[in-house]
Amino acid sequence: MEDGSEFSQSVAQIVQRLRGSSLHSQLERQAKDCLHRPEIKLESLKEDVRNFLKTSGWEKKLQNAVYRELHVSVYLGSAAETPSRLPLISPQLPTCRPKAPAEHLKEPLAYMRKAQASWEKRVLKSLNSMSTELEVPLARKRPAAEQKELANKWNEMGTDEPDLSRFRPVYAPKDFLEVLISLRNPNHDSCEDVSTRSHWGLIQVPLNVRDVPQLRKAYSELSLSMGQLGIDDVGNIHPDLFEGDYVHVGKKVVAEQDSAAAQQYSRRGCPTGLRADLWALILNSTNQPQDVMHYEQLKAGVIQHGLLVDNLVYKDVKLTASNDDYYFVFEDFLYQVLLCFSRDTAVLEHFKYNSATPPKSFVHVGDEERAVVYPPNGELPFRRSHQFQ
Amino acid sequence: MGQWQKSGNCLICDSTNGLLAAVTVLLCLLRDGRSCIRYKCGLINTIQDVLRQRPNWVEVKDDEEWDFNWCDVGWLRENFDHTYMEEHVRINHFRNHYELTRKNLMVKNLKRYQKNLERDFGRTEAARCDFFPSTFALPSEYHLFVEEFNRSPGSTWIMKPDSSRSEEQKDVENYVAQRYIENPYLINGRKFDLRVYVLVTSYVPLKVWLYRDGFARFSSTRFSLTTIDDKYMHLTNVSVQKTAPDYNPEKGCKWQMQQLRRYLTAKHGREMIETLFKEMDNIFVRSLQSVQKVIINDKHCIELYGYDILLDQNLKPWLIEVNASPSHTHSSQEDYDMKYRLLEDTLNVVDMEGRLTGKEKRVGGYDLMWNNGPVYREDVNLQTFGSLCFTANTHLGCVNDREKQLCQLLKPFPPQRKL
Repeated sequence: MEDGSEFSQSVAQIVQRLRGSSLHSQLERQAKDCLHRPEIKLESLKEDVRNFLKTSGWEKKLQNAVYRELHVSVYLGSAAETPSRLPLISPQLPTCRPKAPAEHLKEPLAYMRKAQASWEKRVLKSLNSMSTELEVPLARKRPAAEQKELANKWNEMGTDEPDLSRFRPVYAPKDFLEVLISLRNPNHDSCEDVSTRSHWGLIQVPLNVRDVPQLRKAYSELSLSMGQLGIDDVGNIHPDLFEGDYVHVGKKVVAEQDSAAAQQYSRRGCPTGLRADLWALILNSTNQPQDVMHYEQLKAGVIQHGLLVDNLVYKDVKLTASNDDYYFVFEDFLYQVLLCFSRDTAVLEHFKYNSATPPKSFVHVGDEERAVVYPPNGELPFRRSHQFQ
Repeated sequence: MGQWQKSGNCLICDSTNGLLAAVTVLLCLLRDGRSCIRYKCGLINTIQDVLRQRPNWVEVKDDEEWDFNWCDVGWLRENFDHTYMEEHVRINHFRNHYELTRKNLMVKNLKRYQKNLERDFGRTEAARCDFFPSTFALPSEYHLFVEEFNRSPGSTWIMKPDSSRSEEQKDVENYVAQRYIENPYLINGRKFDLRVYVLVTSYVPLKVWLYRDGFARFSSTRFSLTTIDDKYMHLTNVSVQKTAPDYNPEKGCKWQMQQLRRYLTAKHGREMIETLFKEMDNIFVRSLQSVQKVIINDKHCIELYGYDILLDQNLKPWLIEVNASPSHTHSSQEDYDMKYRLLEDTLNVVDMEGRLTGKEKRVGGYDLMWNNGPVYREDVNLQTFGSLCFTANTHLGCVNDREKQLCQLLKPFPPQRKL
């Protein structure tokens, strides 16, 4: 019955995560509002409400949310609290096992943890020393006039030409590469048998990767016998052979509003005209009033407080995106997205299963010093980091 | 190179250095009439490179005879009328192209064409010509302009000089007043216009080719009606942008047409953008039809036009102007490559070498858009005759796999099998 208990444990976990979310309150409200509808009968209340939620598309929304939680819980499962009550199987086994600390669950390898911690320390040190050297605080409240100006210029931040020559990125990708190259597993003796095989690449840590048959299985949608967009819809290939049907299916997937189906479908390519809708489905990204409000809150955060990292972001975008042949048009948009992103504490979620720890800084509250995550979303921008956006 | 002299029907070379060249040319001419093409080129830009690198094309000096002439409109104006051209000879302009390329004449011809359509077919058909903003020639139509100006309170007008000049009005500065499109389609706050290339090889019957490549030219400053005095904001001409204070020469101001089409499709969906491009096809064909009867249809002439199109917020395309000498100078390597391909394919369509059958619907990056009637992608035959879904044979902003197509098209005939 272990499978059963594991399953009910997962269900309990997902229910707990969805409880209190805006989707939960919306479902409740929908269920309440539908009570006065003629098709809802008292005798079959539960059935009828369920049917209504199904036909109105709300069940699909819940399905998408559950699907997303399943994805996340794969990572969270190992780090989640195991229930402290275990059935007593035999007298020889102890009734409770010592719980592994969260850090060990996120990253079991000690040498990795060590390297991670020293890297994070180094990055934070670089940030703090830049702050001291340039006499720019990590964070400051903007004066009223500056706030007003920024609010007016929100849609054209690229027109600013501040002097950013003193700012330098917290680290460059090559610094990070150096750290990665120097990683060594103390249990793996790499001195013997120096051959082309053992010293094949820069990374010295043995990594478990899929072999070709496994890759073939994992990416079966990319096999030669399957059609893909970008390959089977160009040039003189007649649209009836693949493209026409594929786009037709895509439209159906979007109409169904099914997140899992959208993910599966996209493996063979997204038609340009449907890409935005498909990705919104895949990411469970909506444009509801609460999302708009969330954005407005983040925007207000940017306007009220300026962060040192804002300058790094600005410089990064100015140097790269605004000189790019195609992305120069979106320069202003990038500023808006990146600055708001850096204020979004929802991003801190991923540190629950990610082996990294967000950088912290200290603020004085009264007489105490309190540690806060810096920047609020825990992601320090590095050179060219905007290209990930 | 030696000195050439014409003596009767012979070409005589009077220098030993050029003897080998002379013999080669003579052999070319004798062999099958025209495998060696003599060209004249008055411009110093991409076209020079294209002509020079074309196999078996030889440049000739000033007084010599040519088979092909790529001239500027100035040369045309001075020499066309007293130049004798044999049947096979081709030149890159129509004598009175200004009927289409001078803003006030273009509008005059379009208005007349529209009126005739309304008279013959009714308002609906004439409405298909509502793609040019109100334009008035100044000073001649000043009173009409004032009338229209007063009729539309709050409207904005832009004054443009009429760059090309005809013989009659050499000394008068001509301007046009054109209704400014106040709601242009913006991408992230930036205005842009489209440059599309259209090749006309004959006006009667009308034969028109549309090139797949083109580009969108962006203004380097953000669009705003309040800063309407900012002259850099409106003008998307790269040559003007280069003098703007914040112009970064490394920064591209252009998107390839394929990029733009992909962006618009992602934003608005496939159907809406297909409609937009169909409407642009309509602009090209009708603008040419409007001058069909006035252009002197000399069979020696072909012409490559650069159409400037502006999109408004409703995704309606507007015709701003037509250029007979679209700039062939480039702003980047990518730009150079595109213009090179365009000119190379133009020469492929003209086909001085006589390699085509004349029945082709596509030559390299050019698709045959109009051939005395609409041209469809599908072959119209007895089986498809009853079908209602015919798509136009245009692919503006689509994949341009011209090299592959040219290889297949210009394949030499397979050797005859010996029995």
